[in-house]
Amino acid sequence: MNDQVAIFAKDLVKRFKTRSGAVDAVNGVTLQVRRGETYGLIGPDGAGKTTTTRVILGLLKRTAGKSSILGYDSMHDTYEIRERVGYIAQQFALPGDLTVMENMRFFADVQGVSRDEQRRRIPELLDFAGLSDFTNRLGSQLSGGMKKKLALACSLVHEPQVVLLDEPTLGVDPVSRREFWNLLGNLRAEKGLTIFVCTPYMDEAERCNWVGLMYQGKLVAHDSPETVKKMVPGRLLEFTPSNFVPAWRLIPGLDGVLEVQTYGAMLHVFVDDPDGRRNEIEHALAAQGITCEGMREIEPRMEEAFISLIERQSGRQMEETRDAV
Amino acid sequence: MQKSLRRTFAFIRKEMIQSLRDWRTLLMILAMPVIMMFFFAYAVNLLVDHMPTAVADMSRDDESRAFIEALEISGYFDAKMYVESEEDVIRMIDEERAKAGVVIPPDFAARVERGDAQVLIVFDGSESLAVQTGYSAASAIAQTHSVELLMSKAGQMGAALGALGGGALPIDTSIRVLYNPDMDGLVFMVPGIAAILLQLLTIGQVSMVVVRERELGTLEQLLITPVRPLELIISKVMPNIIITIADTVLIVLIGVVWFDVPFRGSIWLFAWLSLLFIVSGLGLGLLVSTVSQTQKQAQQITAVLMVLTTMLTGLFYPRLTMPPVVRAVGDLIPVTYFIRIARGIITKGVGLSFLWRDVVILVIYAIVVIVLASLTFRRRLD
Repeated sequence: MNDQVAIFAKDLVKRFKTRSGAVDAVNGVTLQVRRGETYGLIGPDGAGKTTTTRVILGLLKRTAGKSSILGYDSMHDTYEIRERVGYIAQQFALPGDLTVMENMRFFADVQGVSRDEQRRRIPELLDFAGLSDFTNRLGSQLSGGMKKKLALACSLVHEPQVVLLDEPTLGVDPVSRREFWNLLGNLRAEKGLTIFVCTPYMDEAERCNWVGLMYQGKLVAHDSPETVKKMVPGRLLEFTPSNFVPAWRLIPGLDGVLEVQTYGAMLHVFVDDPDGRRNEIEHALAAQGITCEGMREIEPRMEEAFISLIERQSGRQMEETRDAV
Repeated sequence: MQKSLRRTFAFIRKEMIQSLRDWRTLLMILAMPVIMMFFFAYAVNLLVDHMPTAVADMSRDDESRAFIEALEISGYFDAKMYVESEEDVIRMIDEERAKAGVVIPPDFAARVERGDAQVLIVFDGSESLAVQTGYSAASAIAQTHSVELLMSKAGQMGAALGALGGGALPIDTSIRVLYNPDMDGLVFMVPGIAAILLQLLTIGQVSMVVVRERELGTLEQLLITPVRPLELIISKVMPNIIITIADTVLIVLIGVVWFDVPFRGSIWLFAWLSLLFIVSGLGLGLLVSTVSQTQKQAQQITAVLMVLTTMLTGLFYPRLTMPPVVRAVGDLIPVTYFIRIARGIITKGVGLSFLWRDVVILVIYAIVVIVLASLTFRRRLD
């Protein structure tokens, strides 16, 4: 095992038995997170992000494949992992009837942090998380963003080398989200912490230096955000049609149009040649009495890349099923 | 080892803080046994006395009136409703206006003279407890009454009282031991109620703890720490043990001080065995907790357990008359053993030499459920 690898999974499978049969929530995931890296596991709800994280942590039993953290096997070296890793579960889950300080001290005690160390670390972490003024407040009375920051502070109290965060900004307002990510950025820069984040938010994915795109239990892409964004077909045009639905129906049939995505009142159209197709689209729509406003070429973001990848993935699956039938 | 102690201590501290912070629940847990004790004790006490009784006295003489008076004085029967015939008595019971009925045949006085007097006593069979106690009471009253009759007759006839009295008094005593209402009532009920309340507290409280963490999602955050299942279990049980000990002291104090239940055996023996019982109950509660996925499931299982406990452990209904299968189900509930222990120590004043079997079973029971609970409680979520 390479020393530079913090988190490792190969052909990971997690099968849940349900009443209607077996479901593979994680279906052959292979990924690698290098030390000091911020890795984003992104994907829609139900893609299998949480299950993947839990299996890697040893919180769920592995059905098949391999997985390890810092070289420790998820299933066999569970306690070694738990002494070296920080984790924030998706649902805020620190005891709400303990105060901020009690929570910190509880997790420090459980992780075997000595009292001397606690006196040094806890104020530092509280200061870092901006919670120094709230040490006596009950966990349940904190705002959503503050809860997440407390959870982060608690998960760092034993100075882990790796933290796994499962949708840490779920239900947190945009300002707090930004603050939270700034904290993560500082941690990475100052302590070289390896950060593994599950998130459905594409703007957060852009802050990672490696992303895994998860869809229906599989990784459909595994690369740097820049490379993932280049995986979309052709170039991207954005505009607002005066009559949305007919335009949306008409454009996919035009020559050179690779893919159409809706974006609020706007359409995002992937084309092979933006300069040439731009006029063709405008003409075709004008023939139907539809005008285009603000037509321009834009750089595809993670969001467009992600939707494009998923649509192609589901299209491929539909073809496969059709072939099978 | 030291690490393990530190972790356990950290968890116990957390549980203590949480228990104390939730003072309403704490107060309820402490007040519940007190309230229940009073309700239970008085309800059980009132359940069988002052039964509304229909009387068909076809004799209407001094002898029959004396007998009815004896029934009344016993406190078990309220013979206020006088009717004409046996049919009337049965009708009164059918209409639920009476729980018991007395039919005295026309020639009662004459038969008493001859010594073969018969009285028919009818009970509402739908209330087995009333039948049981009423039946015992009625026959006791009848016997005592006839002994008194015999004695007064002997006095009238000027026979040697000493000879007759010497023969009659032992009968009197044996009747008292078997049928004395004091014996059958509170003195016997209080240890049983204590056992049942302790069970309710231990299982009821503990069965919720692990499930609650699971439902709140805090379990996931706790599982990710290096805590071992046994450490978690011990720390969950600790605060509950302390609370339940406080409750036990309260229950026994109420029994002894308020209800005048004599504490005949060794208090220390009772204390140790109560602790053993508490541990086994907590273990059972934890087992319920680890196998349940939701608090609702845990509550349902606890409710079923409590029903089985009241019916099968010998608190109200004698276990001797139960079919073997039903009795076997009762054997699985720790209260069965503790009721015998509690009654043995408190009421009868016996020691380990009589109770060792129940004690051994309870020890094995406690070990088995706690081991089972920590085996079922995995270090994973699934």
